[in-house]
Amino acid sequence: MSIPNNLKYAKSHEWVRQEGDLFVVGITDHAQSELGDLVFINLPNLEDDVIAGDALADVESVKAVSDIISPVSGVVVEVNEELLDAPEKINESPYEAWIAKIGQVSEEPELLTAEEYEAFLQEEK
Amino acid sequence: MGSYIPTTPAERQEMLREIGLINIKQLYSDVPSEVLLDQLTGVPEGKSELEVVQTMEAMAGKNRVFKTILRGAGAYDHYIPAIVDSVTSREELSTTYTPYQAEISQGVLQSIFEYQTMICELTGMDVSNASMYDGASSAAEAAMMCLTRKKTKVYAASTAHPDTLSTIRTYCWGRDISFELIPEKDGLADKEALSAMLDEEAACVYLQQPNFWGLLEDAEAVSEITHAAGAKMIMGVNPISLGMLKTPRECGADIAVGEGQPLGIPLSFGGPYVGFMATKQDMVRLLPGRIVGETKDNRGQRAFVLTLQAREQHIRREKASSNVCSNQALCAMRTAVYMTAMGPQGLQRAAELCFDKAHYFADQLCKIPGFKRMHDSDFFHEFVTTLPIPAQKIQAALMHHDILAGLPVEDGMLWCVTEKVTKEQLDLALQTIRGVCSK
Amino acid sequence: MKLIFELSTPGHGMQYLPQSDVPKTELPEKFRRKQALRLPEMSETDVSRHYARLAKQAFGVCSGFYPLGSCTMKYNPRVNERVASLPGFAAVHPLQPKETVEGCLEAIDTVQSLLCAVTGMDAMSMQPAAGAHGEYLGLLLIKKYLEKTGQTHRKRILIPDSAHGTNPASAVMADFDVVNIPSAPNGCVDMEAFKKALDGNVAGLMLTNPNTVGLFDPNILEITRLIHESGGLCYYDGANLNAIMGHVRPGDMGFDVVHLNLHKTFSTPHGGGGPGSGPVGCKDILKEFLPKSALGEPGDHPDSVGQIRSFYGNFGIYIRALTYILTLGAQGLRDASSTAVLNANYMMHKLKDVFPVAYDQICMHEFILTLEDEKKRSGVTALDVAKALLDEGMHPPTMYFPLVVHEALMLEPTETESRETLDAAVESFKRIRQKIDTAPEALHECPVTTPIGRPDEVGAARNPVLRYQYE
Repeated sequence: MSIPNNLKYAKSHEWVRQEGDLFVVGITDHAQSELGDLVFINLPNLEDDVIAGDALADVESVKAVSDIISPVSGVVVEVNEELLDAPEKINESPYEAWIAKIGQVSEEPELLTAEEYEAFLQEEK
Repeated sequence: MGSYIPTTPAERQEMLREIGLINIKQLYSDVPSEVLLDQLTGVPEGKSELEVVQTMEAMAGKNRVFKTILRGAGAYDHYIPAIVDSVTSREELSTTYTPYQAEISQGVLQSIFEYQTMICELTGMDVSNASMYDGASSAAEAAMMCLTRKKTKVYAASTAHPDTLSTIRTYCWGRDISFELIPEKDGLADKEALSAMLDEEAACVYLQQPNFWGLLEDAEAVSEITHAAGAKMIMGVNPISLGMLKTPRECGADIAVGEGQPLGIPLSFGGPYVGFMATKQDMVRLLPGRIVGETKDNRGQRAFVLTLQAREQHIRREKASSNVCSNQALCAMRTAVYMTAMGPQGLQRAAELCFDKAHYFADQLCKIPGFKRMHDSDFFHEFVTTLPIPAQKIQAALMHHDILAGLPVEDGMLWCVTEKVTKEQLDLALQTIRGVCSK
Repeated sequence: MKLIFELSTPGHGMQYLPQSDVPKTELPEKFRRKQALRLPEMSETDVSRHYARLAKQAFGVCSGFYPLGSCTMKYNPRVNERVASLPGFAAVHPLQPKETVEGCLEAIDTVQSLLCAVTGMDAMSMQPAAGAHGEYLGLLLIKKYLEKTGQTHRKRILIPDSAHGTNPASAVMADFDVVNIPSAPNGCVDMEAFKKALDGNVAGLMLTNPNTVGLFDPNILEITRLIHESGGLCYYDGANLNAIMGHVRPGDMGFDVVHLNLHKTFSTPHGGGGPGSGPVGCKDILKEFLPKSALGEPGDHPDSVGQIRSFYGNFGIYIRALTYILTLGAQGLRDASSTAVLNANYMMHKLKDVFPVAYDQICMHEFILTLEDEKKRSGVTALDVAKALLDEGMHPPTMYFPLVVHEALMLEPTETESRETLDAAVESFKRIRQKIDTAPEALHECPVTTPIGRPDEVGAARNPVLRYQYE
């Protein structure tokens, strides 16, 4: 299970990468493998307000739908529309297939480092 | 007493013993004793099949079956080819469950896929679901599809069927959504009023074609007004009329819905009928209900499955946009067999016969003093006339000749003529009406 | 198999309608259809054979044992079909003058009063077309009641986590907030969690009892009493009524409103997904809110919720249910339920050494096997066993429901099966058990005897092909 060192992680299995003022959000390798083959993603709208801990988007497999939880509070400034036609990219390369970029983030989120997330996964088992 | 339990009381006793029990009552030991019944009251003792058939035949015998029906208003008396009954009475097809187990349900799945294709062809839309409960609830579900966070108002032409309007109103009230009626002008939806009513919160406009009065609405203009306001256009259409009328797609609709009953489903006192629903490609994931898709099996063969299921309630639960978890599969199959049997020429002929006969009848009827069409607009197979004498009298006189008159509406009568009615029957109706009016 | 469109040949087909006997009228050009109408063109022979092929690839109650949990796949008596197709019912227009439909009105009256007797309700609406449609109506009645009594702040509907997905979806359609109540380890309502959820904002409770794990909740009277004490109403999901007809009534359990599934409990055919019928019964306090047909029942109905569909519901379906009830009668209904419960317990008893049962106690009309440990041990899942059962020639149980049991297989044998059929099904499970113990990998390949193998559902959802494309 890949857990890149340069990213931060949420306990709900999202990864976060800071790009200047923006927070880029995707789901982890662990999350995609638990979800199985994804067939669709519901992306947020641009300019949507999001609150840390609330659903940012949802992904569908054949028999399930799962919320992607926003790790930060802010405003959606960009969404990865490529995923609409090719949700399988999340399965193929979860750390490249970012879902949304969030700006105007009010406070620094509490996130895990790669080591902490790995330990958390061990614990969860 | 009839019973469909194969096991004898003695066998049941043995089975009880095998699981370590003595009597049936022990099976209900979790039921609090104060509500456990010793007997069921209010239900008579059972009867033999023969007796039940006799009872039900007697009940059916108290209904009048008319030889000629000149009444429509949402339920239409069309000819149903015998093959429709024979196909859909096959027990394998009629007693099966929703086709979750694709490997043993290809017959049902394929029939729905074929139905979806026919509905797309009929309406000109891109995608169809596996069908809905009926026309009225499809219209309401279609309105719900158009709601977004910012677009929360539903509009419907007051010229639509009252049951449909009542249903859309109920669904809107359920979700606490605003619902407004577009006023009527000369029997049609008032376009000027509509332009003035729509604002940026408008989610959709519902228009019925032909409308409740049988009239042909200026659907393209209504679509333009609707789209200019950024709202979605929902058209409710009579499927038989599409044998000759512009498709909803050609009229600019985003969603086409309608009552499928005219396509091979008996009147049956109002149900079961079937609603159809089709839309454009970009709205496919907003469709409620079941959808069948084509795929391949693990041996590389063509296969059909229920697909896009993650939209639905059994997965999304409280996040689902609709609770629909079935279709009217057997009724949908009736419509597919009907459309197949009729073929393109047959369906066109059915539409033209309805149209021509209704116009012949309207022309002749309006030659009788006191009968005048209530509206000037073009119509399909229904129209409203004034009456020189009370509706009851006309109804009674026609009934005497085994003819069901048009539906009494305020100040007039809503007539309907289908392909089943011969010129001879129409002439008899005309003669009877002339007679009763001249008395 | 070829699609019907691929069997079409231009010019083939039957003439079902005569030539016109009236003058031609021209439809104005602006209304005329431009797009060519493409429908199959086939001889009646070919239509007949096409659907015969489709029927061969369908599995009905007539095809074999159908223990599909929570669906009540009992035998659908043929006499019901004959009665529903009597011209006196099938050829009657819904808007005929009252004096010409006395038989229809009598049928509606009779079926309403019989269903009230079975459920312990005071009034019944036949309008809902299906169970989910009935749930929706039931919630609208509660909504109207709260509106009329000035309690619109009551927005919370309590629903056990084991409920059918339609329950929460219906509640949201009526603009309620869903509060999920966890199940206790015994599969029934977790009373502590339930009591904590009660407050002045509770609109009501939706409950299936027997619940979806097939158990009768012994706390039922306390549950409904507490809801009423908190000011809410109790909704009974009639999905599992087949266990209790004539033995205990929802009305006596404290429920205020109930929906029934005539296509389950009252033997009307499922039709491959419909048409069904989902009447809603209620106590007097909700009666004035029941739906009325705007056209069929003219007059003022100021407090009615309006309509949820056209006319008076699926008449042709509830005529079948009426025929069924008259045939069985009071004692017959009781026997049907107790035999359904007996058959389930008999099968569970014989199967519990083959696969673990989720709740090892006396069940109602259905019970659940769990493959959770088996999956960990051999990798064989509930899906694999279900597919293996297809090769045994029976319809598999319901899979992966309810969600509170992992790797669930839910069996509902119904009362219309003989002991021989139940025993044969048990033998099928035993054969599969043996296969798992000897060659578990083989299970992933099942089914092998069906017309198609396992379909690619991921491909179907990623690249949806939802209609035939003409060339």
